[in-house]
Amino acid sequence: MDLSVKLSGITLQNPVIPASGCCGFGHELRPFYDINILGGLALKGSTLEPRFGNELPRVAETSAGMLNSVGLQNPGIEAVAQAIVPALAKDFHQPILANVSGFSLEEFVKSCEIITQCDAVSIIELNISCPNVRGGGMIFGTCAQAAAEIVAACKAVVTKPLYVKLTPNVTNIAEVAKACEAAGADGLSLINTLLGLRIDLKSRKPVMANKMGGLSGPAIFPVALRCVWQVYQAVQIPIIGLGGVSSARDVIEMMLAGATAVQVGAANLVNPMVCKEIIDDLPAEMEWLGIEKLTDIIGGAHA
Amino acid sequence: MQILNFTITENTQLTRDIWRVRLHNPQAERPKTGQFVNLQIDGHYLRRPISICDWEDGTYTLIYRVVGQGTTALAQLQPGQVINMLTGLGNGFTIMPAQRPLLIGGGVGVPPLYYLAKELVKAGQRPTMLLGFAREEDVLFQDEKEWDVKVVIGGYVTDGLPAHYDAIYACGPEPMLRGIDRTAKALAPGHMQLSFEARMACGFGACMACTCRTQQGYKRICKDGPILTREEIQWT
Repeated sequence: MDLSVKLSGITLQNPVIPASGCCGFGHELRPFYDINILGGLALKGSTLEPRFGNELPRVAETSAGMLNSVGLQNPGIEAVAQAIVPALAKDFHQPILANVSGFSLEEFVKSCEIITQCDAVSIIELNISCPNVRGGGMIFGTCAQAAAEIVAACKAVVTKPLYVKLTPNVTNIAEVAKACEAAGADGLSLINTLLGLRIDLKSRKPVMANKMGGLSGPAIFPVALRCVWQVYQAVQIPIIGLGGVSSARDVIEMMLAGATAVQVGAANLVNPMVCKEIIDDLPAEMEWLGIEKLTDIIGGAHA
Repeated sequence: MQILNFTITENTQLTRDIWRVRLHNPQAERPKTGQFVNLQIDGHYLRRPISICDWEDGTYTLIYRVVGQGTTALAQLQPGQVINMLTGLGNGFTIMPAQRPLLIGGGVGVPPLYYLAKELVKAGQRPTMLLGFAREEDVLFQDEKEWDVKVVIGGYVTDGLPAHYDAIYACGPEPMLRGIDRTAKALAPGHMQLSFEARMACGFGACMACTCRTQQGYKRICKDGPILTREEIQWT
């Protein structure tokens, strides 16, 4: 049975990657299992300058999911490239996806210039879809032309595969995806969170200090699946599917829709063992479904 | 840290909105005082963080206030039912050498001080508890034998500060903690330890939902806290 997949020539021993923002810089999962069993690791989104992020409260619960408005808390891309990734890579030997965000084209480019020099990073994931920061993040991902400009400018300075993380908060995600592909993106990660809100009934005020936040968890899985489905039909580059993935069956469904690999986000926060459990469960699910090689099923539902 | 299923052995209403649940798993490791658990309640996506009131031979005692839908559901669980808990979370209190340790609690900040007081007694110390409650009927832990208890009903718990103490451990709402820091006398470094609350998601440091600013940079209440020393705190 073969669980391995390939992203832009990089082999992953399995398609399961903890998503950016749900595993810090990897260390938080170490007490629960050997993180070297993972297919890869997507690091916390980082910006050129260090950021505290938004004020608290930064989370709210929803039906089958949660809202977050963490707001890209990170120590700055320099610290990530110089200290955090080298320390992680000492005993983590799977592909590392460095997630990069910013507030201007120049900032994205500068951050890419820094992180691309970090040997242990395999893939740069461009986050043009964060709903939680003003004047940046998602704004670049909601307009095909703006997305393309960022991608082209970053592609010009990186020496590693460049994946673009897209927002579902658009009218036509396939159009943005196509623009990114045309601008030189090597792959796409989709989806980031959906913009949402909760109001506290007693205080009659939004639960979170930043008011709105990104919805994640099982509630968004069908939306993510639909986006992967639509984008798979529109582009040739590989897709990493994410959004509500919580089980081995979700992984297989995501791959049938067109994902080459899968990220697991919010599920880690309620069950820190979830990625290990998914990896452990995959062979039995594959056997049950008559799958010999996982790569055989990518986009299989489109036939 | 452990993730284990626990069997409820007791779930009792103590006051109008305060409940005590006892949960057992023979494999449960002894937690540090001041640590917390994050428990999963059916039908609710995020876990609920609750401080530890006591632990004995694999049985946790948690005292919680029914404040929302999650804790309402928790209060309805019956002995014999099983729930999953993530345990051993947070840094916990560090027991300091002291002649007169003072433990200050407010509301549901009181229960974790019970476990701490027991550990202090084991360490040969004689703690004093200064407890604040909103109403007479809310009072918990008034009749303890192994330590002194002073109760303040309504008003400011800091009004009851004794003359002599050489260490403070406190848990309660932030205005109370702020009041203690402002009112208490100078103490040796590390001898004032305050336990903070924050709305959190994961409870083990992954999501950055509960980060606060401190004198030593950003800290996650769930992982680097919930206990901060007076020297670390940066009030905002």
